[in-house]
Amino acid sequence: MEKMLLLGDEAIAQAAIDAGMSGIYAYPGTPSTEIMEYVQASAEAKSRKIRSLWSANEKTAMETALGMSYAGKRTMVCMKHVGLNVAADAFINAAITGANGGLIVVAADDPSMHSSQNEQDSRFYGKFALIPILEPANQQEAYDMVHEGFQLSEEMRVPVLLRITTRLAHSRTGIARKQVKEQNPLQLPSNLKQFILLPSIARKQYRELLTKQSAFEAAAEKSSFNTFFAHPDSKLGIIACGLAYNYLIENFEQHQVPNPVLKIGQYPVPRDLVNRLYEQCDELLVLEDGYPMLEELLKGMLNKGKRIKGRLDGTLPRDGELSPAIVADALGLGHQRGNEVSSLVKNRPPRLCDGCGHHDAFTALNQALEAYGRGRVFSDIGCYTLSALEPLESINSCVDMGASITMAIGAADAGLIPAVAAIGDSTFTHSGITGLLDAINNQSPITVLILDNSTTGMTGGQTSSAFGKVEDICRGLGVPEEHIIVIKPLRKYHDENVEIIRKELSYNGVSVIIPRRECIQTLNRKLRQKAKEKLMEGNQ
Amino acid sequence: MKKDIILAGVGGQGILSIAACIGMAALSENLFLKQAEVHGMSQRGGAVQSHLRLSSDPIASDLIPEGQADLIIAVEPMESLRYTPMLQSSGWIITSINPYNNIPDYPDIELILKEIWNQPHYITLDADNIAKDCGSLKAANMVILGAAAPFLGLRPDSVEKAIKTIFAGKGDDVIQLNLKALNQGRAYALKHM
Repeated sequence: MEKMLLLGDEAIAQAAIDAGMSGIYAYPGTPSTEIMEYVQASAEAKSRKIRSLWSANEKTAMETALGMSYAGKRTMVCMKHVGLNVAADAFINAAITGANGGLIVVAADDPSMHSSQNEQDSRFYGKFALIPILEPANQQEAYDMVHEGFQLSEEMRVPVLLRITTRLAHSRTGIARKQVKEQNPLQLPSNLKQFILLPSIARKQYRELLTKQSAFEAAAEKSSFNTFFAHPDSKLGIIACGLAYNYLIENFEQHQVPNPVLKIGQYPVPRDLVNRLYEQCDELLVLEDGYPMLEELLKGMLNKGKRIKGRLDGTLPRDGELSPAIVADALGLGHQRGNEVSSLVKNRPPRLCDGCGHHDAFTALNQALEAYGRGRVFSDIGCYTLSALEPLESINSCVDMGASITMAIGAADAGLIPAVAAIGDSTFTHSGITGLLDAINNQSPITVLILDNSTTGMTGGQTSSAFGKVEDICRGLGVPEEHIIVIKPLRKYHDENVEIIRKELSYNGVSVIIPRRECIQTLNRKLRQKAKEKLMEGNQ
Repeated sequence: MKKDIILAGVGGQGILSIAACIGMAALSENLFLKQAEVHGMSQRGGAVQSHLRLSSDPIASDLIPEGQADLIIAVEPMESLRYTPMLQSSGWIITSINPYNNIPDYPDIELILKEIWNQPHYITLDADNIAKDCGSLKAANMVILGAAAPFLGLRPDSVEKAIKTIFAGKGDDVIQLNLKALNQGRAYALKHM
């Protein structure tokens, strides 16, 4: 079969389709978004009737996938690394219930924080949950690991974590496909109490999970994703996890490394393989594109064994993603560098698009807040976070999905009145609704701007769960009708909008203002699509 | 054969279309290929880049090693200078001279161009005007692709075929426009190499 040119994310999606997946659940988040998008656009997925709807958040996605696994079918749930924090309750407990149909959890980490608030390493979650982890070195491995992952999940009867990073997710290369599998039939778990985590059952299930650990480790020891490349050198042994392996071999002619190398792609850590390298060499270098997880394990708290080099002893930078040059420096190879960047070159940070409604909404908010002074706007995760930058400089916080409303409640409780929350429509249904309920129950003097661009904008315009429902949700939570106000964020309504916001700021209770205007990107895309359809009609 | 290419521009300027054309042409010549893209937040009017690697042998890293790029292909002049540490001493910069000015402190364009002309190997061209002469400003990225074409180590017909395939959904007019832009860009580069 001819190779397909696919992003790492797309390779994972194609593999899941080929491996007989029946449903995929996700909330958009860079760098994981393209997995779901690929399935949604795939004609094969459609003809195979694979379910592929965006969920309200990562927790609901995780739980929905667990339900599909309960019913015996193969399923995948995808999220960015911080999404796994949201899904953590379900994720950790899914390890205790175990799986029935194959269940793969994809967590896409973002070392160097290209599009994120932190660079947490999801392998710790896998270890915490006591389940097998797969970490591909390249896009082909990512494809292959989905097939293996479903099988492993069904054999071991637990969810499997597939951990990828930005560079793998967003790099395109040729992928060879495997044979396409039929989907599983509907099949209930043989023990109908398996998924009931009452303490008495949970204790039993947990012990079972603990018993399985040796089987997980044995699988890692013999996994084709963990490879020992023997070499007689006894000075330095190298352990390279996932993508870091590529950065290592890139530095050598014909990719031949003059040291023994252990390439790791499946966890729990294959102890025998690691020990073999440790026994052979005077010192070890550990390359991980993320936190120094394995390095820390090897070193131990007291560091009394052989020298372990990596991120903890300064051989590699403590933070940020790796690169061929960073690995070259760690190996003492040195590397070339072109001319320094000219001092003429200025930063060009991302910004709100020309014609974006958020710009007009924040311009009005800034003016309305002038009377109160700066420092009282709590915001959230989305395009509108860019209002932190010049020239708007409107917001004072961005922490996690939904934190705007709840932080405003706390600040108001402390006496910062009025406090303002600014949250997007999709972020609102992701994690803002419960916070708004708290505000209502607390009768907090806060003004909430739900910036409604009718899409999930930052990640490229996916369907927003909030679409057409924002006012009804606010009403249902108990926001008084007269304090749910929709405005049109356009320059020509600026004065009017400032007045409305001013009035609500002075109201001693919860009010919700909904600046609503479609995202300029999705609007333009629709117009282009229409033009294309017109062209097609003309050609017929 | 090995070509390591940095594609540079501003979010929305069409560098991924250039990457897609080169990528498809390379595949049709049975080369190995890796193309690392930037998605997400930085796409919003920020500086964007893509690492495109072509080789007759398997490729390891998704990122081009520092100081080893053969080419910087830029659709914006200041952006072409942002990645000079990636370029090897014998490498070429192919860039448009048309500034994309969306920041308050954009430098004097004359100084930017002088800096580019101080680099060892470069092709600078007025892609906007050439594209306009071809029929539409929108084809400026194809002019740049054309100017880079003689340096890619790919057959001219495989690049043209890639354009025909990639823009098939946009109608014959768009394909003809892009091919014309490609050829004008190539002619310019061949004259100024």
